[in-house]
Amino acid sequence: MTEINTLTVLQAHQLLKTRKVSSVELTRAFIDRIEKIDPLILAMVTQTPDTALKQADEADRRIAGGDIQPLTGIPVIIKDLICTKGIRTTCSSRMLENFVPPYDATVVERLKAGGMVLLGKSNMDEFAMGSSNENSAFFTTRNPWDLSRVPGGSSGGSAASVAAGEALYSIGTDTGGSIRMPASFCNIVGLKPTYGRVSRYGAVAYASSLDQIGPLTRDVSDAALVLSAIAGFDDKDSTSSINEVPEYIQGLNGDIRGLKIGVPKEYFVTGMQPDVKIVIEAAIKKLEELGAIVDTDVSLPSTPAALAVYYILGPCEASANLARYDGVRYGYSFKNSQNIVEVTEKSRQYGFGPEVKRRVMLGTYALSAGYYDAYYLKAQKVRTLICNEFSRAFEKYDVLVAPTSPGVPFKIGEKIDDPVSMYLTDVCTLPVNIAGIPAVSVPGGFSQGLPVGLQIMARPFDEQTLLNVAYAYEQATQYYKKLAPLAVDQPGNGSNKPG
Amino acid sequence: MKIGKEEVLHIAKLARINLDESEIETFSRQLSNILENFEILDKVDTGNVPPTTQPNPQYTIIKEDKVQPSLERKDVLANAPGKEGEFFKILPVMEK
Repeated sequence: MTEINTLTVLQAHQLLKTRKVSSVELTRAFIDRIEKIDPLILAMVTQTPDTALKQADEADRRIAGGDIQPLTGIPVIIKDLICTKGIRTTCSSRMLENFVPPYDATVVERLKAGGMVLLGKSNMDEFAMGSSNENSAFFTTRNPWDLSRVPGGSSGGSAASVAAGEALYSIGTDTGGSIRMPASFCNIVGLKPTYGRVSRYGAVAYASSLDQIGPLTRDVSDAALVLSAIAGFDDKDSTSSINEVPEYIQGLNGDIRGLKIGVPKEYFVTGMQPDVKIVIEAAIKKLEELGAIVDTDVSLPSTPAALAVYYILGPCEASANLARYDGVRYGYSFKNSQNIVEVTEKSRQYGFGPEVKRRVMLGTYALSAGYYDAYYLKAQKVRTLICNEFSRAFEKYDVLVAPTSPGVPFKIGEKIDDPVSMYLTDVCTLPVNIAGIPAVSVPGGFSQGLPVGLQIMARPFDEQTLLNVAYAYEQATQYYKKLAPLAVDQPGNGSNKPG
Repeated sequence: MKIGKEEVLHIAKLARINLDESEIETFSRQLSNILENFEILDKVDTGNVPPTTQPNPQYTIIKEDKVQPSLERKDVLANAPGKEGEFFKILPVMEK
């Protein structure tokens, strides 16, 4: 029998449904697992074992009454930027270290209605600004594949927790690659849905025109299940879509014969690690073998400008969104001030970490008198060009494929002192958020024993085709079955078998 | 684009962030370096291109103007650094 902590959501669901395991048993196994393994991984900011066991007990009673949905009784870890009523939500920031939300995010509400079991909240780069988890104000999460390396960011704790067998799935957010990049670094599946597919209500805002919530899972079927559970219109988010939400898992057949796949050459950037390129080229060949029609001569010429567009628009939106942290209504507040302005200025000095200050200042500058047209407006216009190029490409191709990241997980400390080299790690994922299209990172292979993610991009609201291509690749290669050394059964590793 | 110390202080004031001496130095260097990387946009011709504010705009959501329960006052005030009765408490904004 498969180890309980490396089950997929679907497998666990079958065990719950056939009463081979109860949600309480499942939950206890994960609580034990977290207790033993998290001191090494440092994926969790807050653990909620009591809440989890109470919810598991409720789920068991529901299941006993014949009411079981795909996620009923399934333990999950949620990124600490998504509001959970009564459970502190810190954004891994000193600013919100003691913030207890008085309400649930819509995503949390939906998961609760489906019988969620919440194990806790995962670590991240502060306010989702970063690509390595090193910007957490608390500690840096480790990559379960190599503890000296970063798990990626900003949803690094979410990705590492799933890869280390601390939860069956997790929820993250993706503003410029923050789900896909850590998924790639940890050899799991990370799905960034179309902008508007999932309600953002209750997700602490970083850059509102780019942010999107999505699942991090062990395999593609699980991503499909979770997306169906969290997607859909919400009148609390005026950008959420009224488009119907399919049962995505029903559409996974792995048949991609005749499907048209484009490979945009700009994604094979200078500075890309040669080994990663080899893995991605092999992946593209595999898709061809599976019957897809691949065109490797596709150009999206504005791609090199995407980095600048993102690092103008993201910080501009952040500078407005983060203006709410003023030391008055909630969050860190500097004491012993003489006046109200000093309260705000010093609360922000000590409450925000260096990257948050950097982006707020960058955005403030780009929006300030005399620079607005040159930076903000110019970036919005180039954004239009990037959107148009994707639209034209999708007239010809069903999906586009590329690497998720130009390199394998890097060492902790390697890039932290050079913001620009850190920003460059997002170069393959940013254009997707700029255009608002859906994309997924699926385990693509290995380079020097470290995971490489294959990124697949699709038309807006065509998550079905996106997931089916990912599913075809996953089933043909089975790379997702290779687990991080820390996730597999070793004496003292804290693995558990169902009772 | 070079961002000198004076300019860093001006931006920090607009952003309402107090900085210490070493931060001023670091941000001056780092922001200048980041802005240099934005120069790539100057080469992109955007003559007749309209700006995009958000992707996938579809329609304007109109909500019925109906009174709905709001958050519990005590829950909201529980997070306040300063409070008195039903109110947030702050330092005086105006001089006497």
